[in-house]
Amino acid sequence: MNESLIPGLIGGLMVALVAAPMGCFILWRRMVFFGAAVSHSALLGVALGLALGINLTAGVVLTAATVAVLLVVMRRDKRLADDTILAVVAHGALALGLIALALLEGPDIDLEAVLFGDIAAITRGDLVWIFAGGGAGLAVLAAIWRPLLAMTVHEELADVEGAPVALVRVVFMLTLAVVVGVALKIVGALLIVSLLIIPAAAARRLAAGPEMMALIAAVIGVVSVLAGLQAHVAWDFPAGPAVVVVAALVFAISAPAPKLFTRPKR
Amino acid sequence: MPDLPNRGEMTIQDAAATAIIRAENVSLVIAGETILSAINLAVAAGESVTLVGPNGAGKTMLLRVLMGLAPATTGVVTRRPGLRVGYLPQFLVPDPILPMDVRRFIGVGSATSPSRRAEALAEVGIGALSHRPIHELSGGEMRRAMLARALLREPDVLVLDEPVQGVDLAGQVELYGRIARAREKSGCAVLMVSHDLNMVMAATDRVICLNRHVCCEGAPESVRGHAEYRALFGDAADDLAVYTHRHDHSHGAAGEVVPLEAHE
Repeated sequence: MNESLIPGLIGGLMVALVAAPMGCFILWRRMVFFGAAVSHSALLGVALGLALGINLTAGVVLTAATVAVLLVVMRRDKRLADDTILAVVAHGALALGLIALALLEGPDIDLEAVLFGDIAAITRGDLVWIFAGGGAGLAVLAAIWRPLLAMTVHEELADVEGAPVALVRVVFMLTLAVVVGVALKIVGALLIVSLLIIPAAAARRLAAGPEMMALIAAVIGVVSVLAGLQAHVAWDFPAGPAVVVVAALVFAISAPAPKLFTRPKR
Repeated sequence: MPDLPNRGEMTIQDAAATAIIRAENVSLVIAGETILSAINLAVAAGESVTLVGPNGAGKTMLLRVLMGLAPATTGVVTRRPGLRVGYLPQFLVPDPILPMDVRRFIGVGSATSPSRRAEALAEVGIGALSHRPIHELSGGEMRRAMLARALLREPDVLVLDEPVQGVDLAGQVELYGRIARAREKSGCAVLMVSHDLNMVMAATDRVICLNRHVCCEGAPESVRGHAEYRALFGDAADDLAVYTHRHDHSHGAAGEVVPLEAHE
């Protein structure tokens, strides 16, 4: 493998690891569209980072967190269905981000890289951010795992049993924003949500428990990054989309797979 | 066996003196609509209180206010410090997207040992289902799993919101029996919303008839004759005759007769 791809490979593996448990919770909590809306806001975050002259990952995390909070507030309006509000915010943020980037555009911005990721462009400096954010994301998810899982089954029951539901909800949202921030450079704003959702969805059919599902999703994510980058090197596939296509293939294969292992019912 | 207050002998003042949950002049207004008004009630340690009332009477909201899940608009709700609540929500439909078996479900809210979990499942009669995914359970099995989860907390009070919803008639009798026996065994209080007046009255110390305010309350037999109660339930009140009987045995998983310990 080309040596310039090594940082991208390492960063991609880290992102796959943190995306797996986060993606599981997004599926379990029925937040796929929420995740998509927050991910699409990453574009706006890049523009913000450039405009303010701050680190782009920090700009993305900041914007994603703001959009997540905005969504929670807007969803209190019960006259509009959740998917309506999410679609408005997701596409509004995407369009606004495109305009902001166009106005700011200089020699440094590659729109395609922001939308679909550019693994070859990952530097050692980026890796520091990816590992700091990814490591923090994993640590936080491990710390809130039990109350978050209990809330996912039934929030009020978890509340009565003493889970700090309001705190856990906010921490989970912020962690999602961080994961979006670290994933942006690897797979891009449009494909982040697929790296969250597809490995977790493929893992569901193979798992009997929540932790097992997160672990299998991590394995599928890692395999997708390795195989996707291999396809990038061998056939010049764009790397981000190649990773997503491999994950989707694993998902397709996982459909009949459980039948091979099914034990007779008691 | 713990010393339980005898049905009908406890006055409201007695209950207030040893209350573990108390509401004083509580009202709840949501979006301009008065859901609850001027609610005064207290649940004593070990007492069994049943809330009855028509649909939309605010029964579930009252439970939520009493547990601190929803803030009262006016008035004060107090719970004994450190009160452990075992809660059975009205709805809990497991989502198949989350892989979770029964033994995991009952322990997800608190740290418990595998042996304690197995014990709790056996206590509600679903010991054989511990490895079954919760989304494959029948309505009655899920209700029992929820009861096991509530009992695992060794609660001071069981708060049950229509605990037999979606359960067939034989299963309802069985489930109410499980709840009554759990109370006898642990001495916990029971605060329950129920439509099955005839079935719950036998095991209830006090009935509170709710229709956004407390219409009437008292021992089951006295409430039944109350004018406001009769106005709410109409002719149905006559059909809901107080039903008292005791089982001297129960049935094991295979249907065999299992004798119960002597009561009182």
